Amino acid sequence: MVPLSYYLVLSAILFACGVLGFLLKRNIITIFMSIELMLNGVNLSFVAFASQWHALSGQIFVFFVMVVAAAEAAVGLAIIISVYRTRDTLNVDRVDLLKL
Amino acid sequence: MNPNLYLWMIPLLPLTGAAVNGLLGRRFSKKTVAGVALFFSGTAFLLALRVLLSYSSLTLPYVEPGISWIRSGEFHVNFAFYLDQLSLLMLMVVTGVGFLIHIYSVGYMWDDDGFYRFFSYLNLFMFFMLMLILANNYLVMFIGWEGVGLASYLLIGFYFLKDSAAAAGKKAFITNRIGDLGFLIALFLMVQHFGSLDFQRVAAGVAQLPAEVAGAGVLTAIGILLMVGAAGKSAQLPLYVWLPDAMEGPTPVSALIHAATMVTAGVYMVSRSHVIFDKAPTALLVVAIVGTLTALFAATIGIAQTDIKKVLAYSTVSQLGYMFMACGVAAYSAGVFHLMTHAFFKGLLFLGSGSVIHALSGEQDMRQMGGLRKKIPWTFWTMAIGTVAIAGIWPLSGFHSKDEILWKAYSQGPSKMIWALGVLTAFITSFYMFRLLFMTFFGDYRGSLESGDQGHDAHGPDLGHGHGHGGIHESPALMLVPLVILAALSLGGGYIPALKFLAPVFQTESSIGHTGAIATSEPALEESADKGTERFLQFVSVGVALLGAFLAWLLYLKSPYLPAQIAAWAGGLYRTVSNKYYVDEIYNWALIVPLLAMSRKWLWKGVDQDFIDTVINDSADATADTGGVLRRMQSGNLRSYAAWLTAGGAVVLAYMVWLGVH
Repeated sequence: MVPLSYYLVLSAILFACGVLGFLLKRNIITIFMSIELMLNGVNLSFVAFASQWHALSGQIFVFFVMVVAAAEAAVGLAIIISVYRTRDTLNVDRVDLLKL
Repeated sequence: MNPNLYLWMIPLLPLTGAAVNGLLGRRFSKKTVAGVALFFSGTAFLLALRVLLSYSSLTLPYVEPGISWIRSGEFHVNFAFYLDQLSLLMLMVVTGVGFLIHIYSVGYMWDDDGFYRFFSYLNLFMFFMLMLILANNYLVMFIGWEGVGLASYLLIGFYFLKDSAAAAGKKAFITNRIGDLGFLIALFLMVQHFGSLDFQRVAAGVAQLPAEVAGAGVLTAIGILLMVGAAGKSAQLPLYVWLPDAMEGPTPVSALIHAATMVTAGVYMVSRSHVIFDKAPTALLVVAIVGTLTALFAATIGIAQTDIKKVLAYSTVSQLGYMFMACGVAAYSAGVFHLMTHAFFKGLLFLGSGSVIHALSGEQDMRQMGGLRKKIPWTFWTMAIGTVAIAGIWPLSGFHSKDEILWKAYSQGPSKMIWALGVLTAFITSFYMFRLLFMTFFGDYRGSLESGDQGHDAHGPDLGHGHGHGGIHESPALMLVPLVILAALSLGGGYIPALKFLAPVFQTESSIGHTGAIATSEPALEESADKGTERFLQFVSVGVALLGAFLAWLLYLKSPYLPAQIAAWAGGLYRTVSNKYYVDEIYNWALIVPLLAMSRKWLWKGVDQDFIDTVINDSADATADTGGVLRRMQSGNLRSYAAWLTAGGAVVLAYMVWLGVH
């Protein structure tokens, strides 16, 4: 039986990787993947706790998060394609029209 | 059990007409516009007629429950309709005369570009006037009261490109506001003391209170304030100044609104509130004095006017004074009777003057008229009937109503002075009206418009004669038919048993004398003596009317050089009268100039610019400055947003941890 803390540390590492990628990367697709990474980091701690406490609600929660993430991916990728078509770039620093 | 009278439909029909013409009329042909306007005002008249025809089967007063409007604790107001003999009579006058004037207007306004606009306003006026008459409570009445003021404003300023018309419209509206304030305060007092604005519940509340014979109380206050409102709407001293200027509007408007119906709303309102006045002799005295003085004052101004419509305007003010005189001596039914006959003959006179003006292509100055008798015979004969009627010569309608007022003023007035001034006014009325008649229709034509040499095509549709005929010409049939009907009513209207008809509404009037005490009744013996006096007074009033007519004949037909000599001899007095006693100038100097100065210097530059504007501008500046700092966060750079987001998350997390530790 793997102790709970292992899972939590792995989850924290995944989440931290996500946050760093989210902050540091300029490619919009990488940023997108970083967000997915954060979500999965959280999912991991959900299932870990669910298994630890024998409570199903954590597992079910993960399914919800996955469904939302899938929907978000569909919308997000569509936006990315649209951005690429109009701006010819995936560099978020150059997509900065939304300001005064 | 009363049949369903559909009272609510009577005001709604003209409103529909106003909406249809106002919203779509621009695209309609003139015939369609006229058809719409006539259909809706005509069906309103038919519905009113239906009510009148079922009169014998009605139990009055009849209340048609409407919809609830205001509900606040004990106080509630409904959009309900009320019908008794008084409102039924008013209903017939307003819808009947209103419909006739609608017909007339089709001919009169045919060549006007604002044709659809005119009829939309006219129907709108009918709607509000009917609301005023049929209201079940003072608040709904007040809606109508304000609404007719609005319609009046719109129609006075109908030719709004003309400065004088726009100014006259504003003057009417603002002067009315002063009166409306009085009315409104009276309503507040009613709510405070009776907890309701319902006619019947107010009357019940008043019945609980003792008559204010000595000293003034709340009833006196309400009465005087109501009279202030009535003075504004019905052009009484000191608020009459707007009515003569209101003649800037098209002539049918002058006939309908500023002679026959709207200006009599004050008389209607005072009569409707008679229970209050019956118990407040001081207020009643105020009504009597205001009415009498206005009647005399306006009549004297009428002598020296040269504009045909201005003469009629001052005459209207004067006749309205008579109606208030009647109300002031608690002879409400006589006042309303005069209201009805006045609607006939003054409506007739105004429409006749419109026909004269029409014939002369817009000329209104009587000095440019004369000798029109042969050229426009229909107009002449109908106007002659109107003149004899207003002069109060037997047996025309004006005689019956005016004589009733004078008799009541004599027999139950607080002072014989009222009667004496009333008779004097009757003399002056007869003089200036015959002056108008003689100057317009007799003697030689003094104007420049020659028969037949001037192209002129201002006439209505569907009339036997084509365009392009010249000079002075009789008006189209569409305009003459209402004239003839109104002339017939002016002839015979005095025999309408209005006094008897109205008696149930004013049951208390005969028993309560001017002192507020129940009059000691000693009938039988006094009766025959009274009859003798009444007959004698009738001779007096007809006598002065004939005297006035004779004087007018002497001055304006027999020796037409005399008026100029008299004017020269009277010098300053003549100038004062012909300048309307300089009342407008006095008001301007005493009220308007100081008010404007105060508004400019103090309210505008002081309060508005220095205070209100400063506060608002400073707070706007503060908001903009704060925003200027905060907007730096909105860089447009996605990763900086991400950094903010993460930082925020980190702060929240740190706080949670800190909470957990503690």
